[in-house]
Amino acid sequence: MSTSAQPAQLKASDYKSDTKPVWCPGCGDYHVLLSIAKALAEHGRPPEQVAVVSGIGCSSRIPAYTNCYGFHGVHGRSLALATGLKVARPDLTTIVAGGDGDGFSIGGNHFLHACRRNIDLTYIVMDNRVYGMTKGQPSPTTEPDWDSALSPGGTGLRPFHPLVIALASGANFVARSFSGDVNGSARLIYEAIEHPGFSFIEILSPCVTFRPDEREWKKLAHPAVVEQTDDPARAARRIMTDDGFNTGVLYRGSRKPFQAHTESVEATVTDLEKDFVL
Amino acid sequence: MVSHGPIERPGDHVIAISGSGGAGAITAGSILLDAAAKSGRYGLLTRSVGPQIRGGEAAALVRLSDRPLSCGAEKFDTLIAMDWRNIDRFIAEIPLSQDSTVIADPKAGDIPDAISQSGATVVEIPLQALAAEIDNGRPNMVALGAAAALAGIPSDAIIDVIGKKLEAKGSAVIEAGIASVITGGAAAADAMPCPPAHDGTRDGAERWVISGNEAAGLGAVRGGVRFAAAYPITPATEILEWLAAGLPKLGGTLVQAEDELASINMVIGASFGGTPSLTATSGPGLALMIESLGLATASEVPVVVVDVMRGGPSTGIPTKSEQSDLNIAVYGFHGDAPHVVVAPLSVSDCVFTTSWAVHLAEAMQVPAIVLSDQFLGQARAVIDRPADVAFIGRREIAAQPANDYCRYAVTASGVSPMAIPGTAGGRYTADGLEHSPSGNPSSRGEDHAAQLDKRRNKVDGFDYGSHWADLGGDADAETAVLTWGSTAAAANEAVSATDMPVRLIAMRLLSPPQTDQLAAALAGVKRILIVDQSHSGQFQRYLRAFYDLPGETRSLHRAGPLLFGPSEILQALEEWS
Repeated sequence: MSTSAQPAQLKASDYKSDTKPVWCPGCGDYHVLLSIAKALAEHGRPPEQVAVVSGIGCSSRIPAYTNCYGFHGVHGRSLALATGLKVARPDLTTIVAGGDGDGFSIGGNHFLHACRRNIDLTYIVMDNRVYGMTKGQPSPTTEPDWDSALSPGGTGLRPFHPLVIALASGANFVARSFSGDVNGSARLIYEAIEHPGFSFIEILSPCVTFRPDEREWKKLAHPAVVEQTDDPARAARRIMTDDGFNTGVLYRGSRKPFQAHTESVEATVTDLEKDFVL
Repeated sequence: MVSHGPIERPGDHVIAISGSGGAGAITAGSILLDAAAKSGRYGLLTRSVGPQIRGGEAAALVRLSDRPLSCGAEKFDTLIAMDWRNIDRFIAEIPLSQDSTVIADPKAGDIPDAISQSGATVVEIPLQALAAEIDNGRPNMVALGAAAALAGIPSDAIIDVIGKKLEAKGSAVIEAGIASVITGGAAAADAMPCPPAHDGTRDGAERWVISGNEAAGLGAVRGGVRFAAAYPITPATEILEWLAAGLPKLGGTLVQAEDELASINMVIGASFGGTPSLTATSGPGLALMIESLGLATASEVPVVVVDVMRGGPSTGIPTKSEQSDLNIAVYGFHGDAPHVVVAPLSVSDCVFTTSWAVHLAEAMQVPAIVLSDQFLGQARAVIDRPADVAFIGRREIAAQPANDYCRYAVTASGVSPMAIPGTAGGRYTADGLEHSPSGNPSSRGEDHAAQLDKRRNKVDGFDYGSHWADLGGDADAETAVLTWGSTAAAANEAVSATDMPVRLIAMRLLSPPQTDQLAAALAGVKRILIVDQSHSGQFQRYLRAFYDLPGETRSLHRAGPLLFGPSEILQALEEWS
């Protein structure tokens, strides 16, 4: 091959590792993995220039299933870890992935501040409305009457609305998808990566083991039949009044992404020491 | 309680300037310190302030000397009180005797009992009235003039420092300040004998005025730190504020985090990306970070956390010093998690120890905790420029990973070359899950044992050189003082002040334990006085857990905020002999 030749077009399979997922058969997360791989292939950065960061939970096992650099950290802190990585290494395409418990319960505060900080990250939450890895407890997005051993008769609590919270907190790109729509999710992930600032995608990803009722989601999910908007108030009204299965880009903002403060002229440590000299 | 008299050091002069909040006592104290440094002296400034953010009482405690010093004074030559409001709250920190002089403003009212009972000579100088005679005159500057005259600081040094410190406030304020200082100096000279001004000769070596927190920030960037994450907490915030200004000038960044859970994970993320990273906090913040420090241990990502300790547990006494985070720093991690704990021994040593911590973290790919404390962090000291120390060995990078690259390969040293994101062929997933050498999650006993051994070996087998402790006193003495961190300063002064043969061992490296080194340092010792600033004597329990101590031991320990002075340590030694 001559050196002037274009690099070979990267394929989705180039972004997937050989590691066998721990997920149950039928888990929606297999599809999300495929969608991420397809989106990255379209994005075209080589896998070593992409980092996938996660917390704890079934879906948070995803970094090792990609062929990118990965970080499988502690529960709830993926956005904070990815923030440090992206600020220190703005050259890397950085994707954060995880579940609803990881992102909205233990990691809820980081979700708010990541939206607000608007660093150029793509945050994918595989929302199955249950803690799967600990075998079936209600998460912040679980319906109030869903019965479980930890909350007999249901929590009685109003579910958390991640998309509206992302919008209110300043996320620059807000989208919803359904895991079974692999190409649709891939398209949204690609757009989220390309969009500057903090992008949030909620992917409805059924847990067929602890929430067999979620098999119905494939019948319920449908594309949003509305135009994209950059008006957060309009987007919020839509999201709060839709049926919860409206997929697509629901908000696309133009807020300036976080920019690390750096000085134009670089100093040396010895220069800084001059302040201490009498 | 202190029956041993305060230790006198010839040539020292110790002054407190007190006033209600906003009166400018601290400003006067810091100008005094800088001017003393300019005229060739060493010194240390500590502050006693109330819990109020603004208002309340404040006292600047300034100790000046012809020799470097790193601990505060046990006896004051002079107290200059601008008023008596809330004096009871901090008078315990300003011990006076019949040798002391108290300068009081007659307008401030009757002399409080605590002052008259001390036996100190009270001299009246009308600070407020003298200030009122000058356009924009301020009583704190009149007090400063009196303090400078009593300490023998030449007026040109004071005038020079005022010009710099008040530059932003304009020439009128500077001129008023200078006039006030001259008036205060003349008033002091009229009222009592003042020493001749210090001749101001200097040996030509560069001299700095720096706080321990600034010194820790400088140590961080000297060590190579270029990313910091910050959540404000007393008394550590000044490290982060110094880095916020300094890092961008070096091409680095500081990010303010939403909490300490975020700040520790931000530094782990940045370091995973290849950038040496640090955060600073105090006890409550360290407690929040501990889970993620376990992640840094397991995933072998180097990070540094400076814990500027304060009184605990819980919110405790945020503005006062204590050494009570030793336990959490050494034992706080869940699982078996080898890591590094170091402690600076003086304000100046905050530079060295923090840069050493960065080096240790990077070279071993482990988290390192630096146990500073409120006293070290917020004291300002006049020091000689800390030497540049070039450490050998940096983070081992896999620049061109082979096809069979394993991030967590079991090596002889335990350290495995780290692929930095962006490097082709090096892809791996850093994981807090136990893993095989490749990084793949594994629950197999063999993998767990191999990785636990590897992580232990790299820390235990590392050559820490002579930095593990500072050894002083008489190396053949049968009595030893064994201490760590900031208490080293008082212990050092105690050992220097006595004719008794005493060895001093001030430990800088707490984890991993240096059993052979301490055994060698204690060879032939029959009595060990163990000194630390904690209620339960955490240091003694730590020593008993890891070391075989020869002979008899006694533990001298007490919670903050009242710090051990040299005389208490000396008294404990003399009572024992």
